[in-house]
Amino acid sequence: MAVTRIDRDAQALTMTVHAEFDAPLERVWQVWADPRQLERWWGPPTYPATVADHDLAVGGAVRYFMTGPEGDVHWGWWRIREVEPPRRLAFEDGFGEDPAAPAEGMPTMQVAVTLAERDGGGTAMAIASRFASAEAMEQLLAMGMEEGIRAAVGQIDALL
Amino acid sequence: MVAYTHPDADAVDLLFHALADRTRRDIVAVVLREEHSVSTLARRYPTSFQAIQKHVAVLERAGLVTKEARGRERLVRGDVDAIRRAQRLLDELEVVWRERIDRFGEALAGLDQGAEAWQ
Repeated sequence: MAVTRIDRDAQALTMTVHAEFDAPLERVWQVWADPRQLERWWGPPTYPATVADHDLAVGGAVRYFMTGPEGDVHWGWWRIREVEPPRRLAFEDGFGEDPAAPAEGMPTMQVAVTLAERDGGGTAMAIASRFASAEAMEQLLAMGMEEGIRAAVGQIDALL
Repeated sequence: MVAYTHPDADAVDLLFHALADRTRRDIVAVVLREEHSVSTLARRYPTSFQAIQKHVAVLERAGLVTKEARGRERLVRGDVDAIRRAQRLLDELEVVWRERIDRFGEALAGLDQGAEAWQ
């Protein structure tokens, strides 16, 4: 289940994650399209996401904030570029409160999600992430790394 | 808290450009195992000596290989640290998405089981 393959293209600064699920297409789509479902997986366990606005239409925005262990709040957004339920969702993924005024020095990524019926049942999902530049990739990974470390520390804390 | 340092962005551009070419990736793999002169490298590929010399220069600028004069030869050797840095960048992104997909699968299972699963 879940991740079946990860393709990396260093030249195009692209990474595509392939995953498979037993659930049907419509249900997998819901996990992206329903804000309450999105909240369950977008942020790491110690930085859960709360979706504030959810307009899944071309040009529309999803705005969310992640709340850290110290009550620290971090805003992020998607600006929707393509939406064809239940098969295709493409958006720009950025940080800050307002997609019209992206946070300075915070790079964005282009994300494209494709869902398809799998032969023999279930759903295949491909998520392509593209960095605007190598610099953007560096910055985002540095932030992701920080999140990951905090999440891991939080999970250890929970066990003690 | 963050066990991570920013390599210079231009250096990263050079890295990605250098690794974008199949022949250059192969040269890196070869000289990581064993040092070679440019002329012995050139004999491995159907392209010209000059083409290989250019590839080596690109790799050298990106810090992926080093060249050292020994007698009349210029020996090319792979720089393991530079390769690891490029790999690590993609490793980190991979971890972010693997963790997301794990939680995505859990959210999907939660939909099947109904809302009580989340109490």
